[in-house]
Amino acid sequence: MKARSALLLGSLSATLVAFALTSPRVIAADKVDPVADAKAFQNFYFQKFPDVKHEDFVNGPYSMNEDMKRQWQEKEEFPPYEFALDAGKEMFATPFKNGKTYADCFPNGGIGIRQNYPYFDTKEGKVVTLELALNRCREANGEAPYSYVKDEMASLTAYMAFTSRGKPMDIKIPDDPRALAAFENGKRYFYTRRGQMNFSCASCHVQSPGERIRAEILAPALGILNAMPIYRSEWSGMGTTSRRFVTCNSQTRAVPLEPQADEYRDVEYFLSYVANGLPISGPGARP
Amino acid sequence: MKRSLPLAMLLALSLAPAARAANEADYKAAYAAAEAASKEAAGMRNQWTVTVSTLAAAKKAADGGDFDRAVAAAQEAEALAKASIFQATSEKDAWKAMEIR
Amino acid sequence: MASSIRVRATSNGDITEVQALIQHPMDTGLVKDSKGEVIPAHFIQQLKFECNGKDVFVADWGTAVSKDPYVKFSFKGAKKGDDLKISWTDNKGGSDTTTAKIA
Repeated sequence: MKARSALLLGSLSATLVAFALTSPRVIAADKVDPVADAKAFQNFYFQKFPDVKHEDFVNGPYSMNEDMKRQWQEKEEFPPYEFALDAGKEMFATPFKNGKTYADCFPNGGIGIRQNYPYFDTKEGKVVTLELALNRCREANGEAPYSYVKDEMASLTAYMAFTSRGKPMDIKIPDDPRALAAFENGKRYFYTRRGQMNFSCASCHVQSPGERIRAEILAPALGILNAMPIYRSEWSGMGTTSRRFVTCNSQTRAVPLEPQADEYRDVEYFLSYVANGLPISGPGARP
Repeated sequence: MKRSLPLAMLLALSLAPAARAANEADYKAAYAAAEAASKEAAGMRNQWTVTVSTLAAAKKAADGGDFDRAVAAAQEAEALAKASIFQATSEKDAWKAMEIR
Repeated sequence: MASSIRVRATSNGDITEVQALIQHPMDTGLVKDSKGEVIPAHFIQQLKFECNGKDVFVADWGTAVSKDPYVKFSFKGAKKGDDLKISWTDNKGGSDTTTAKIA
């Protein structure tokens, strides 16, 4: 009895060692290679779901389930984000008290630029998201900042996303060790288990896209931010990327971080970059 | 003899904790330990929602004079906090196992 | 103030397809705000679509209908160019009405 279990244990450890030795990227201190990471990330989904058109991944759960897709396409004729979108368009055009507008803060007057966010600010040495840029614009012009997770911020980003609809995600990583570190940090956050439920983002969105968690169909991680901001039926309202990060953390019973915490900015950077080439589909509607 | 030994052990174990009800000093010690662990978890930016709520429940029970429940909750909060610290520490390397290559 | 009703009606032979999106909080009266106070019930009680003097769709709603309700239905007997009148009333005495042409 003892001999058999010892043999089993021995062979198991031998297998593990062999596996570890043959795995190509096990060595910890390898160079950060976002291009290779993005390619591997996209190929993983393209191969796992060969019947899904590449650009369709940005539609989240609808790319995973035909019935849901049909219902969503019908609803897109009169989408639930329509009110926020109209409000956002109006807000964007309304000048600040000092007479300036949002257009003065952004390249191309803020139109058709959403696909370039988030970007790495080499002066600041950090990732800057669209929401962060919008609030900085407000504060620079003497206006109070908006909440990062919903309402006005979601309406503004809904409008800006709409002006970029169809444009391919185009995130740049400058040749700067801090930018590479931010990318790697975001990647690590994405795969790290957290909360009492011990889930990582990958647990649901890499291991189980198309499958159900309770009654919901899980979206693939590829292109998951392309539809932001989203009207979520669960929220009966709009929410930004930050809102989703915060609620995802709570759902796995982890205390959420601040909406524009470094970790969240970095994971947004990572997820957006690996979706480069896939179209912006925001603002979106989700269950 | 064989059957009565485990039974005797069971009886001994069940009797031991009920020997003395918890008092405020027990609670303060348990709470301090739990709070320290909770702070460490928060410092690692890996706090669990259940740690926070269980710690709050411990305080609430103590404020109401129920030190038995307060101590039990504080001990549970400490265990949860320590588990979250373990999670943060082990995930520093373990995350790579989930990475798409 | 902009209308709370967005509507699109298209004629398809004898059948007219109607879609409408109505902006309304549809509060159930069961939800508390951040201060812990109940948000009072505020919901559409009746929604009516009229065409050529006849009611073609009447809904008696309660609190089970979600915020910003979306309605889709078809009816017979109208043609392109006809007027479709939509109106709603809610439990607080609020109301709105709009008219759209069937395209």
